Amino acid sequence: MTESVVTEALRAQLGVDGPETVHEVTSTGCRMFARAVGHTDLVFYDRDAARHRGYRDILAPPGYLGTPVYLPRMAGAVRVGKDLDVPYPRVLNGGTTYEYVEPVCAGDVIVSHTRTTEFQERTGSIGPMLIVFRETTYRRQTDGAVVARMYGNTIHY
Amino acid sequence: MAGQVYYEDIQVGDPIPVLRKNCSTLQLVAWAGASGDFYQIHYDVEFARRTGLSNIIVHGALKNAFLGQLLHDWVSPEGRIEKFGCQYRGMDYPDQDIMCSGVITRKYVEGDRHLVELDVWTENPSGQKTSPGTARVSLPSRG
Repeated sequence: MTESVVTEALRAQLGVDGPETVHEVTSTGCRMFARAVGHTDLVFYDRDAARHRGYRDILAPPGYLGTPVYLPRMAGAVRVGKDLDVPYPRVLNGGTTYEYVEPVCAGDVIVSHTRTTEFQERTGSIGPMLIVFRETTYRRQTDGAVVARMYGNTIHY
Repeated sequence: MAGQVYYEDIQVGDPIPVLRKNCSTLQLVAWAGASGDFYQIHYDVEFARRTGLSNIIVHGALKNAFLGQLLHDWVSPEGRIEKFGCQYRGMDYPDQDIMCSGVITRKYVEGDRHLVELDVWTENPSGQKTSPGTARVSLPSRG
C-alpha cells in the first residue's frame, strides 16, 4: 500500500454539505429526458395521463431530478469528481444510486446539497486508487421536504 | 408493457421481462442534452480516441436510466420505484445491443408497503454485466 493521499484537508470535508444547487423540474425537461432514454409511458410526457395516474403533473422519469439552473457567468460545469484536491489525474464515475422518498413532478423546484461521506484507498489492476463516496440530498423548495437522495462514487487513479 | 404485476404474483428468483436497448449516436447526443453531460468521449470519436478509447462510449448514467425504464415498465401503472442504481463496471458502444435484466432477490411487507428487491444489470453482446446494480420497488397487493 502506498502512502495515504487522504490529507487532513480532505478528511475535513467528510460530512460537510457543499453549496446548494437549484434544479428546475420542467415539463420540457421531463420529456427530453424520457425521450433520450426511450421511455414510451405517457406519464412522462402528458399532463393528463400523469394526473389520471394520480400524479400532480408530468412525472419526472427515473434518474431525472431536474435541470440545474444555469447562468452565463457561471463557471463551466465541474466534471464529476474534479471538485476535490486529489493527486490523481484521472477520474471515473463508479456508480450511481437514486432513492425516491416522494414522486418528483414537473413544476417542482429542487434544492440539492452534496457531501462526501467516505474515502476508500485501494490498489487494483489500474494501480493505487482513491474511491470517494458522496451523498446528495434533494429537497423541494416550497416545503423543504426531502424528495430524493443520490448515492454516488468516483474512482480517482 | 404487459398488465399490472401484483406482489402476490412474483417469487424470489423470478426474472423480470428483459428490455433490449441499442444506442444510436443520435441517442447519445440527445442524452447529452437532456442530462447535461457534455463530456466529448460520448459523441466525438477523435476526442474519444485521444483519450485511449477505441470508439465513443455510452454514458454510464444512460445505462442506469435504462435500468430505471426496465423497472418502471415492469411495475407500472400502480407500482413505484423506490430505489435503483448500478455500478459502472464496463463500457458499452453505440449500435450494440444492451440487454437490461433483473431478477427478484427478496420480497417483504413493511407497514402497508409491499416491497420487492432485485438485482438488475445491463449486459453487452459478450455476456459481460457492464452495469450491475440493485433496486427496490413497491407493488400493489391483491389483498
